[in-house]
Amino acid sequence: MDSTSKLKQVFADSLGLPLEQITDDLKYHSLPEWDSIAHMSLVAAIDDTFSITLSTDDVINLSSFAAAKEILTKYGVNF
Amino acid sequence: MVLTSKLLAGKVALITGCSQGIGKGILEMFAQNGAAVFANDVVEGSLDSIATALTDKYQVEITPLYFDVSNSEQVKQAFDKVKAHSEKLDVLVNNAGIMIDALLPMISPDILTKLFSVNVFGTIYCMQYASRIMMKQKQGSIINLASIVGVEGNIGQVAYSGTKAAVVGLTKSAAKELARYNVRVNAIAPGFIDTAMARSIPEQAFTEKLNAIKLGRIGTPEDIAGGALYLASDLASYVTGQVIGVNGGMLV
Repeated sequence: MDSTSKLKQVFADSLGLPLEQITDDLKYHSLPEWDSIAHMSLVAAIDDTFSITLSTDDVINLSSFAAAKEILTKYGVNF
Repeated sequence: MVLTSKLLAGKVALITGCSQGIGKGILEMFAQNGAAVFANDVVEGSLDSIATALTDKYQVEITPLYFDVSNSEQVKQAFDKVKAHSEKLDVLVNNAGIMIDALLPMISPDILTKLFSVNVFGTIYCMQYASRIMMKQKQGSIINLASIVGVEGNIGQVAYSGTKAAVVGLTKSAAKELARYNVRVNAIAPGFIDTAMARSIPEQAFTEKLNAIKLGRIGTPEDIAGGALYLASDLASYVTGQVIGVNGGMLV
């Protein structure tokens, strides 16, 4: 599975959304499913899936699916 | 103290600021009770011999971990090492702290910055990364060291007591946030404890403080360690958001 698919799956599982709703435009707080509690689950799942620990700044800046890809690039994940 | 079983067997703990005083007491009690401990101090090398001695004495793994709790990046790197080494963390004790006394007009911005950076920011930084591990595990215990003066106040300690009052508030808030993940957060508010810090005050002040303690003696680091042991163990599995005074009935 490529990195984009992996990340989409993480978002879908963590936020309880269908895969087709995970697009670059998906933004934090844009849907009731992506609230602050779900955000914590999402962060934990990203950490686990990509074997990293997002910094606090990155947790705060993880404001959309597009932003998530950009942040993960810093940790050596290629999209 | 004689315990019949090892209350922390199989648990992994990280204790900050444990090369001396209360932190050292907590470190030894945790080791005695079977915990594998990541022992932190800011001074490089200050824990090497203690770690070796405790490992030999109690047959548990004590790993020195040198970092500055007030440096967010260093804290992140330290918790990355914990994750890589142990893949879990059951207990965090935020003990690292500094005390600077100054009457209100004498509190400089520099004093405020130093005190809040270590005592408050450091505590929050460590809780941030520890809680990330503990939330995934769906269990954990965080113990923050507050102080009796953070609850009662004290002359000459407006700034210091402010940091410790902050620890009380952040403990209660974190307890509420993390309860859904079965992560408990509590604080210990020590009274007058026999450390190098306590022995450095003038003799008259020392006697006055001693006279204010109902149990009639100064506290020991082991007294505080006993409270930490309880909160870290499964005996306290239904205790969260509490500030436990370990002070011999001291009146400030």
